[in-house]
Amino acid sequence: MRVAVLKGGGSLERGVSLRSAENVERALEHLGHEVIPMDADDQLVKTLRAEHPDVAFVVLHGKGGEDGTVQELLEILGIPYTGPGVLACQRSWDKVVAKAYFEASQIPTPAAYAFSGDAFRELGAADALSAIHERLGFPLVIKPAKQGSALGIGLAQEPGDLPKLLMSALSYDDRVLIERLVPGRELAVSVLGTDEPWALPVVEAVPVDREFYDFEARYTVGLTDLHAPADIPDAVAEQAAQLALACYRVLGCRGFSRVDMILDKAGDLWVLEVNAIPGMTDTSLLPKAAEASGIGFEEVVSRLVEDATLG
Amino acid sequence: MRDLMSLSERPEIISLAGGFPNTESFPREVFDDVVARMSSDHLASALQYGPTEGLGELREEIVKVMAHEGAVARQADLIVTTGGQQGIDLAVRTFVDPGDVVLAEGPTYPGAVPCFTTYEADVNHVPVDEHGLRTDVLEAALARLAAKGRSAKLLYTIPNFHNPAGVTMSLERRRKVVELAREHDFMILEDNPYGQIRFEGEPLPTLWELDEGAGRAIYISTFSKILAPGLRLGWVAAPAPVLRKMNLGKQAADLNSSTLTQRFVLEYLRAYDWREHVDRLNAIYRSRRDAMVSALQREMPVKTEWNTPSGGLFVWAALPDYIDTSDLLAEATTRHQVAFVPGSAAYLDGQGTNCMRLNFSGSTEETIAEGVRRIGAAVGDMAELYRAFRVDR
Repeated sequence: MRVAVLKGGGSLERGVSLRSAENVERALEHLGHEVIPMDADDQLVKTLRAEHPDVAFVVLHGKGGEDGTVQELLEILGIPYTGPGVLACQRSWDKVVAKAYFEASQIPTPAAYAFSGDAFRELGAADALSAIHERLGFPLVIKPAKQGSALGIGLAQEPGDLPKLLMSALSYDDRVLIERLVPGRELAVSVLGTDEPWALPVVEAVPVDREFYDFEARYTVGLTDLHAPADIPDAVAEQAAQLALACYRVLGCRGFSRVDMILDKAGDLWVLEVNAIPGMTDTSLLPKAAEASGIGFEEVVSRLVEDATLG
Repeated sequence: MRDLMSLSERPEIISLAGGFPNTESFPREVFDDVVARMSSDHLASALQYGPTEGLGELREEIVKVMAHEGAVARQADLIVTTGGQQGIDLAVRTFVDPGDVVLAEGPTYPGAVPCFTTYEADVNHVPVDEHGLRTDVLEAALARLAAKGRSAKLLYTIPNFHNPAGVTMSLERRRKVVELAREHDFMILEDNPYGQIRFEGEPLPTLWELDEGAGRAIYISTFSKILAPGLRLGWVAAPAPVLRKMNLGKQAADLNSSTLTQRFVLEYLRAYDWREHVDRLNAIYRSRRDAMVSALQREMPVKTEWNTPSGGLFVWAALPDYIDTSDLLAEATTRHQVAFVPGSAAYLDGQGTNCMRLNFSGSTEETIAEGVRRIGAAVGDMAELYRAFRVDR
């Protein structure tokens, strides 16, 4: 098949996307597909029309690629594409929206409040911060509502930390999430499939000498130990898998996605977010999970191409 | 950082991030002529391996280039390297074992940071002011180290038109650095890529020269700024025992720097006056620097401090403390289509978060004005947000 690999783009995760795409392109070529690499720029629609690929493999991370934008274009052009559709991307990309879906389905997720930059600029929302930390307590996680790869995320230990961290998060998105920190182990469950989705083995990310699994830890070899499968009891692994599948269904994902969660000290699981287009770099979680499951990354790529669809 | 910077390659982004010299002004007819000279007289040797220390005839020409800055070296003091960058790598590799103390200006050249981290140096920054490296702080730092029974192996410094700080070390401080090196037994690694990229004033003596052959100075320079960075040619002048070690390191790294570009530079230097080309470049850069400084005066919505460099390629600007320039970069690239180097890239210890490096050599006056306007807009957004968080608002 002629497979267009949509990569790069204008998001802050451009570099990550290019590295993910290298692995995807290699796998596609090995599988015997004809690869048409496409950096997502303002000529993308023209290029797609001219090339008219059989399938578009979406390896764009972040804004424009993971938020349903490029999926909408592919729908209009009638080119089947890999991964979740427009709505599922929109729901998972905005953590505030995703949280609302989780809460409506009794999926445990840490309590949080969200504000726009305008709320601070125009409505004096800074005066409401004390009410928030009275309810949620410290530490608090401050994160952009819409941003991947843990960019702009910070940990507030006390009220004085909040302004700087909120400003930082608001540099990455116009809405910010103030979330209760659930201390615990960072787990990720990758889910594959469309009609009958199934979960790959749970992977645990253990940052080396770091506060949390931040951008650098995610993409620098040696800064994070990835345990695949995670060293957790079978019952917990099964529970994590079921939780991930519930998230996948609730948001309407297809093809693949990755669900990030925390296993707290009491043994309870909390969902943080769903990544519609998970990273596929050498240090990413999904390839590790695929390896641990025995099916391997190439097989994942192969299935994604087979599952590519519209609508 | 590198990942985030990948966005600045996009055509819609004005990048004031790179350190690109102007290569458009290199005359095509000169290039063609030099290539013709190479192919008619030296084709086979230009395509052949060469000595690790570089072509002897080229090193003879480098002696003359150095003399233009008043630095005296003999051919035997020199090794040709693959850019000045390799000189830094070889010097750090030669002197630094894991945990050894390296002193470097704060801020320091972001490209030197990987050399320091690769060899696991313990980097202590010494701040700069408008007269360059603060030798009083250097002296205090050396005393503190001595009190702990430690010492510094190396001082890495860019005395002329510092990257990124833009400042030049005064003569008095240069003398002091040389004196301290003798007193405290450390090597001076003098990186001088920008010395000839001077718009005003007279050159000051190099640390290499002030060392007067006492064996405490290693001098690095490059053809990247006076000719073109694509040549990947630089050189190191060093005391003989150091040079021997660096030669071994270079053998391991790449045997020899490209004989093709060495021959190109040699033929060029023999047939043309490189100083004319540098004059041409400096006229272009001076005008671009002026454009940047006046744009900063016009566009920055909050109190911002910067220097007006008398040479080099960069302006270093300090914003109010509440602005983190890594966050500002995210805002600037995604919402305002402009990029710069955030200050933290020039430190190994997390300083510089309110600073940024702006390059003026690689963009036209119009692009610089527009780029700085966009940065000003991004800064304005952050300042407005900051006001919303102030308790006394």
